[in-house]
Amino acid sequence: MRWYASAIYVFLYLPIALIVIYSFNAGRYAMDWQGFSIEWYFKAFANPFAMKALRTSLVVALWTAVLATIIGTLAALGLERVRGWLRQAFDALIYIAIMVPGVVIGIATLIAFVTVFDLVNPALAALIGGSAPRLAMGLPTVIGAHVLFNLAVVILIVRSRLAGLDRTLIEASEDLYATPLGTFRQVVLPLLAPAILASFLLSFTFSFEDFIIAFFVAGPDSTLPIYIFSSIRRGITPEVNAIGTVVLVVSLTLLIAAQFLLRERGGARRRGAAE
Amino acid sequence: MASSATPGSGEDRRGIEAGAPIPTVAFRDVTKRFGEVVAANGLALEVRSGEFLSFLGPSGCGKTTALRMIAGFEQPTEGEVLIDGVRVNELPAYRRPVNMVFQSYALFPHLNVARNVAYGLLQRSPRPARAEIERRVAAMLDLVQLRGFEGRRIWEMSGGQQQRVALARALINEPKVLLLDEPLAALDRKLRRDMQIELQNLQRRVGITFILVTHDQEEALSMSDRVCIMRDGRIVQQGTPSDLYDRPVNRYVADFVGKSNFFAGTVRSVAAGAVRVDLDGGAITAARTGEGLALLPGDAVAVAVRPEQIVLARREEALPEASAARIAARVQNRIFLGEHIEYLLRSETLGEFLTLAPRRSELTERPFEAGEAVFAAFSPEAALVLGSE
Repeated sequence: MRWYASAIYVFLYLPIALIVIYSFNAGRYAMDWQGFSIEWYFKAFANPFAMKALRTSLVVALWTAVLATIIGTLAALGLERVRGWLRQAFDALIYIAIMVPGVVIGIATLIAFVTVFDLVNPALAALIGGSAPRLAMGLPTVIGAHVLFNLAVVILIVRSRLAGLDRTLIEASEDLYATPLGTFRQVVLPLLAPAILASFLLSFTFSFEDFIIAFFVAGPDSTLPIYIFSSIRRGITPEVNAIGTVVLVVSLTLLIAAQFLLRERGGARRRGAAE
Repeated sequence: MASSATPGSGEDRRGIEAGAPIPTVAFRDVTKRFGEVVAANGLALEVRSGEFLSFLGPSGCGKTTALRMIAGFEQPTEGEVLIDGVRVNELPAYRRPVNMVFQSYALFPHLNVARNVAYGLLQRSPRPARAEIERRVAAMLDLVQLRGFEGRRIWEMSGGQQQRVALARALINEPKVLLLDEPLAALDRKLRRDMQIELQNLQRRVGITFILVTHDQEEALSMSDRVCIMRDGRIVQQGTPSDLYDRPVNRYVADFVGKSNFFAGTVRSVAAGAVRVDLDGGAITAARTGEGLALLPGDAVAVAVRPEQIVLARREEALPEASAARIAARVQNRIFLGEHIEYLLRSETLGEFLTLAPRRSELTERPFEAGEAVFAAFSPEAALVLGSE
């Protein structure tokens, strides 16, 4: 490898490495190395605000992953039957959803939510009276916004697997007396399972580590990235580094697992082709 | 139907008129169009119970479409498909009492061998008891000699083994008809020979009607009771392998089934059982004409002669008296085939033609050499006059 290629990697990963290293710092200040310690990890886990933010993030990520995976998988299956210009329109929209910057999604969903709430809340109050629930920003709005951008990811992953699915397997199942529903349950779903699981893990990760969109629509509840952002305004401590390292490890683990699931498919296909 | 001229099928037709056996599968003027393309054109066919029938033809001739219409993966644009005398046009594939062995085998990669074989039984309602399923899977794997492979994954099996799993998976359902779509195409030559014999034995043992699609004429002729030769979506001729070999209706069939020499000529005169044909080298008398071919003097025709029906000699006087033609030729090439030798001959007037001669015969005590001058002849009975197309 050329020296400048190495330089690029150093540029990319040195800050991350520093965060991980300084999370084990015994001293009070982030960049003042006082010796090795895991004390800040205990402190982080004992911090009620950090733990509340972590719980919030986990709840948001879990709901996002569940909803995005179910809706996205159904959408991918439905799109499989769509042909012509309608299909192209959907394809274009899916790619756009992936490429739109988080800031734009954040602002757009914020405006959409506010507009809808302004319309719905007075209507609810008029209908039910004083005890009517008031819709406001909170966990559901974060989950909604996260599902929105993760849908595209799920659709793309499931559809690529669906495209690689051997059509004759479906015919074979029908030939062996399985009804269309039986074929879906016994052949299509098991063969899609790795892709569905991978898209679940990816949605979970993307939601868990998202800051920008959550920042716009979270309301009073802070997710872990928002908590980290607000605490570094009071100075970077090894505790923030420790939380950051935990987030990094969780995200990397899930991403690697997803990658493994998607690679397994290629391996199976290669084996099939070798026969 | 072309085969109606043969004595065997003639009797069957009378049988049907008398209200006897209903054909297991029947096509009634079945046409299938994909947009502009006519994949099957007016197919008419009856398959008897327990018969081994093949659709034979080059790729794109409509043979696979015909098979897929029986399986229920395609619906005819016109006409009727009947199974056991019942119209099945509207019946989806999963309700038809037929099973298919796919060209790619289409085994389920996420299930092991036993689960693949049991798949069809598990779809039945009520579902058979677990012990019953296990017993039948074991019996099937015995039949295809794969006992002990129950827990194997599909990709751990060789091509030949996968083929047997596909067969077992289809046969366990005891279908009325087993459909085979080029099942041997993916196997190597040696394995293909073995599987041909095995398939034939299997068919006799289970007594199920087999319908095979293939482009390999040797495969179709060696395994089937009856062969349908297809071209451009139509059945050109159907009959037993020997019918097709001895009495091809046209040049296409004669060329597709076995090897044949074709000599271009013009009809000089037509009499009962004898047609005089002017060839380039002189006139010959042919005793046979293609079925349904009405000949008039002046018609352009092709005279078909099988290579093994041409006799060779070193001296012209040694040739049989009653020969239709005696041709002076030179040996261009010879191919040793064990007991027989195939010679490619070249005559000044008729061009190149093939002959198949025993290694030793009364006329030739030793094989001819390349470049040697020889005399070739064939009898009027060996000469079959066909349309020139």
